[in-house]
Amino acid sequence: MKASIYIAETINTTDVITAISKPEYGAVDVFIGTVRNHTQGKKVIKLFFECYEPMALLEMQKIADEAKERFAIQEIIIHHATGEKYPGELAVVIAVAAHRRKAAFEACEFAIDTLKQTVPIWKKEFFEDGSVWVAAHP
Amino acid sequence: MSHTILLFGITKDIIGGSVHETGNAFTTVGELRRHLYNIYPQLEKLNSLMIAVNNNYANDDDRLQSSDEIALIPPVSGG
Repeated sequence: MKASIYIAETINTTDVITAISKPEYGAVDVFIGTVRNHTQGKKVIKLFFECYEPMALLEMQKIADEAKERFAIQEIIIHHATGEKYPGELAVVIAVAAHRRKAAFEACEFAIDTLKQTVPIWKKEFFEDGSVWVAAHP
Repeated sequence: MSHTILLFGITKDIIGGSVHETGNAFTTVGELRRHLYNIYPQLEKLNSLMIAVNNNYANDDDRLQSSDEIALIPPVSGG
């Protein structure tokens, strides 16, 4: 089984759900982030995810630890993809297991919101007429 | 003494290459930041520029050692 905090070229939703599903948990909430084929009215051809892996793994672990402290959850798994990705492909999968659904939903939202703010991973969008690092400039 | 700075995302395009050698030593993160802004003014136009020391986000008054792993962290956009 892969680590609960994991970064790789290819990630897999089924792996994550299988790993987190156990009979003692009553709720599993899963967030699946995929590559969107458009942004601000422009067609997106592909994305490139660059990653500062050792620090990204640490920051993802901090999110998991904080989620466990703040919410009544049992387990959390965060997998993020790197490299070249095409529309429809997976970018991130986050799964949270809890005894009850409310904590699972809340922890999952906290995890993806925080990941987008703190984890050193960068997305470059490729259009038909050029490319841009997302969020770099005002 | 020099620091080797790891570059990511748009900072690679601005500085050119995946690492930057400072050429001399800096005592604090803030001094390093001012040095980089002087040579590469485009860095100041970014939405934000964090500096990581040994895989942790650093403050400008944090002190630098020659053995530190230093990285430029432009605005992140994972997920």
